[in-house]
Amino acid sequence: MLSNEELEKEFQAKIDAEIKIEPKDWMPEAYRKTLIRQISQHAHSEVVGMLPEGNWITRAPSLRSKVILLAKVQDEAGHGLYLYSAAETLGVDREDLIEELHTGKAKYSSIFNYPTLTWADIGAIGWLVDGAAIANQVMLCRTSYGPYARAMVRICKEESFHQRQGYEIMLKMAKGTPEQKQMAQDALNRWWWPSLMMFGPPDDKSIHSAQSLKWKIKRQTNDELRQEFIDKTVKQAEYLGLTIPDPHLKWNEERQHYDFGPINWEEFYQVINGNGPCNRQRLKARIKAHEEGAWVREAAIAYAEKKQAKKTAA
Amino acid sequence: MNKKDWPLWEIFIRSKNGLNHKHVGSLHAADAQMAIENARDVYCRRNEGVSIWVVLSSQIVASDPDEADALYEPAKNKIYRHPTFYEIPKEVGHM
Amino acid sequence: MNIQEALLEYCLRLGDNSLIIGHRMSEWCGHGPILEQDIALINIALDHIGQARNWLTLAGELEGMGRTEDDFAYKRDAHQFRNLLITELPNGNWGDTIMRCFLFDTFNFYLHQILQHSKHDGIAAIAEKSLKEINYHLKYSSEWVIRLGDGTDVSHKKMQNALDDLWMFTGEMFEADEVDNLMLEESIGADLQQIKEAWNDYVREVLEEATLKIPENNWFQKGGKQGRHTEYMGYILAEMQFLPRAYPDAVW
Repeated sequence: MLSNEELEKEFQAKIDAEIKIEPKDWMPEAYRKTLIRQISQHAHSEVVGMLPEGNWITRAPSLRSKVILLAKVQDEAGHGLYLYSAAETLGVDREDLIEELHTGKAKYSSIFNYPTLTWADIGAIGWLVDGAAIANQVMLCRTSYGPYARAMVRICKEESFHQRQGYEIMLKMAKGTPEQKQMAQDALNRWWWPSLMMFGPPDDKSIHSAQSLKWKIKRQTNDELRQEFIDKTVKQAEYLGLTIPDPHLKWNEERQHYDFGPINWEEFYQVINGNGPCNRQRLKARIKAHEEGAWVREAAIAYAEKKQAKKTAA
Repeated sequence: MNKKDWPLWEIFIRSKNGLNHKHVGSLHAADAQMAIENARDVYCRRNEGVSIWVVLSSQIVASDPDEADALYEPAKNKIYRHPTFYEIPKEVGHM
Repeated sequence: MNIQEALLEYCLRLGDNSLIIGHRMSEWCGHGPILEQDIALINIALDHIGQARNWLTLAGELEGMGRTEDDFAYKRDAHQFRNLLITELPNGNWGDTIMRCFLFDTFNFYLHQILQHSKHDGIAAIAEKSLKEINYHLKYSSEWVIRLGDGTDVSHKKMQNALDDLWMFTGEMFEADEVDNLMLEESIGADLQQIKEAWNDYVREVLEEATLKIPENNWFQKGGKQGRHTEYMGYILAEMQFLPRAYPDAVW
């Protein structure tokens, strides 16, 4: 028998050699816990994320945009499911993870606690929120835990249309009537800063970052990903003829990156801790769906057992 | 797991005839038929499959990673099982 | 009424059924009883809205006035919609939704089975394509009706309630009017009497397996096909049509 210390050394050697960790492999308890926390948070985000966009399905302004949005929000349900499925390989039940979400013990991406006000918000979410999510997800395709990485590969493949559909909506509105353009600008104003917050606190304030990087759960820091996202997005906003609501945004020739203004981290922590405009509304909607679905889930199991019993008796 | 919760199923999809079924992930379902239908809706939304296998996760028996050395190492030193072990003159052509 | 007019009406009925039931089902997105079933129901909603687009596009071609699928969906008022009343009723609980799907899917299945052989090529083509999807809808809703009907006491009661509530909206499916008769004469449309028999047989069979009792009520609501709707219809349209109505010059 190897000592814990030796096991941990072996484990880290595998990580360093880019060998994926699989469910039955030995892993430090803290690694398992970190993964469960991160993967379930990610899953919850997908599922809660269905709500702000789902809000506009019945009001989509064309049948084409209606089916696209419906398919997209459904994809998010699928992605939530892939991720719960990955978390379950670590020896937890989805039901317990959902319980943690509903009791407020588990977090989800705070961006979904903002309201979708106009149709342009659907464009802005696709373009900015999915854009930010994709940056993070592409990195996670190389994460060290096998099932998580495989779920991410699948998700990234499917997500590629999400950002495009968002940008297409923005494009139509930015080039449309003055009212549409105004809606588009307003949506950008409201979604820009929360999108930047999606990457998480700055590196020097991020409590989990260093260990996650060492374990290669994360492959890039919050600040690196945020900068990458800003650099990419500025051009896209320019093409739309929209203004990013940051007076400090300026190309820095020396850094070869955009400089940007201070992020309101006080708002970020407030929203994470339950004080965003929609936190209560979102959680209530999830709890309601789960509670109202209980009789359906119970009946399906009861029926399956009855049928099994009949089969055995026959 | 609560008795009332739907059990977990592992899902295997054949993406087209001629290929093996491949593990794609898992999902919850009350019975096997529902598991197949859920798999169709969850894992084949983009035409990914022509055939689905579902297996209760609890029924899968897996090898123990701790026995990896005993199970797999012995195969590693039998390099003569691989074609690259043999030297065939170029003139002979592909073999 | 001439054949051209009847044909347009006929397509609108098919398209509006799909559009409105698809709209109702899409309201479930994000609120289903479990993730897997959320996804399943939305797949079916997507099928319906896809079918609606095909029918409404065909309606526009038949009419020849340049109206698009969106003109039909977004620029008609309640009295101009031709969907069955059962499609516009609120979703209720999951059991209500499943029961509505089942009763409608059965009708829709037999209807499309006949329409795939329609003398009208456009109708036959859409029907044939849709039938594959509807086949699955029916399998799905039948299985769920049985599962929930014969599940627990609670689920049994809920399903019987759903059936009792919905039953009076089923008669309309088989009520032939001038449009149906004209289309039948031309071998374009389906014989509703024939569908009624098949529907009755299948519905009885499934409900029996689900241990549910068919209500004795024989008084049926009707009018949807002629544009006489429930109060719910106005709210569906107020929501659905809000943007194109508020910004008539905008392209989305």
